Amino acid sequence: MKNFSNTYIFTFSFVMVVIVALLLSLAAMQLKPFQDKNIEVEKKQNILASIRIKSTVKDAVELYSKYVTESYVINSKGEKQEGADAFSVDLKAELGKPVTERMLPVFVGTLDDQTKAYVMPLRGKGLWGPIWGYISLQPDMNTVYGTVFDHQGETPGLGAEISTEWFQKPFQGKTIFKDSTEFISVKVLKGGAKDDDPHAVDAISGGTITSKALEAMLDSCLVTYKPYFIQNRHK
Amino acid sequence: MSILSSKNFKLLSNPLNMENPVTVQILGICSALAVTTKLKPAIVMGLSVLVVTAFSNLVISAMRNYIPPRIRIIVQLVVVASMVILVDQLLRAFVYDVSKQLSVYVGLIITNCIIMGRLEAFAMGNKPWPSFIDGVGNGIGYSVILIVVAFIRELFGSGAVLGYQVVPQSFYDGGYVNNGMMIMPTMALVLVGVIIWIQRSFNKELIEKD
Repeated sequence: MKNFSNTYIFTFSFVMVVIVALLLSLAAMQLKPFQDKNIEVEKKQNILASIRIKSTVKDAVELYSKYVTESYVINSKGEKQEGADAFSVDLKAELGKPVTERMLPVFVGTLDDQTKAYVMPLRGKGLWGPIWGYISLQPDMNTVYGTVFDHQGETPGLGAEISTEWFQKPFQGKTIFKDSTEFISVKVLKGGAKDDDPHAVDAISGGTITSKALEAMLDSCLVTYKPYFIQNRHK
Repeated sequence: MSILSSKNFKLLSNPLNMENPVTVQILGICSALAVTTKLKPAIVMGLSVLVVTAFSNLVISAMRNYIPPRIRIIVQLVVVASMVILVDQLLRAFVYDVSKQLSVYVGLIITNCIIMGRLEAFAMGNKPWPSFIDGVGNGIGYSVILIVVAFIRELFGSGAVLGYQVVPQSFYDGGYVNNGMMIMPTMALVLVGVIIWIQRSFNKELIEKD
């Protein structure tokens, strides 16, 4: 085995690190546009899914521009904010701010029969990591039109079921206000919701913590929109 | 020298059976448990590990005479880590949905003992081409186990293969239920155990003495 001097070892490490750093930053820069595009397409697919429109990676951008006709940012008083782009709002950052300073995005979908659906983004903490999703309301700002939930690493087969259709479908048609004034969100009930309960759905057996987290996410995200919902009810 | 001499072919075929990194050397078990609930991520994971082992073996072997022995582990880590970051970036750019499912496990390829093991045991002392073949062989050996485990887990755990439903609806109507246990990491360990058992009952020389 050859004997290497200390100078050689230092030079070797230095040169190696510089070469590796150059290669990696070059790769990261070249691939960034593709990665950003993927994230954008995924977000569009999610928003479309919440207004019950199925899309694929290929047609998501096109369908999004067709169905999502308007988007704006409101504040916690329900007033529209000028000059903010709803699509680029970073929800994670917004949730870290006090409620009165938050920018709350609203996406308006126009469906094939020209009725509108109002989409609100959601974000919360699951059992193992973040959970997020979108919920759309009918123009009465009370009845749930559609939902989509996703998660980073909930337990497969248990908490991870929040991203499946059987869990999400029962949300459709539920109402978030009781007697049109009291905001109660949609509850996720362990042991099952009664068939005629307009404000609750079944929780996931074995996925109690994720179910509860989802309930808390719906409540905490939607409550900030309450003034907006009340002011914008369409009969 | 032919491209695949019999000696080189051995490098490719040995890790599939007699020196399988997962079932004989018991390396890389953690990722085998984590990414095998579905077949597709398992295949992508297997391919990623294959690419990383093959190319880091190649690179390390090519510069093996210039690496100061005192810092060789660090050099190996730097090479493996940069390969893994490259693979991760490529997955994120081109197979985004799979990269989401693999999440942190792509990054954890860095700590996959198979790779460091091959670099130390083989690439540091052999020429680049045989090292490359050795990396490919070990990558395949790892992938095969992952794919077998993932196939069984997806079939019985979700009733599907590669995302396509294969258990017909009439089975479910007749009372068949997917085995929830299969989705848990525990079952992956049990399945790997069963594979080891089957393999050793065919290859008696693999059975440890005493």
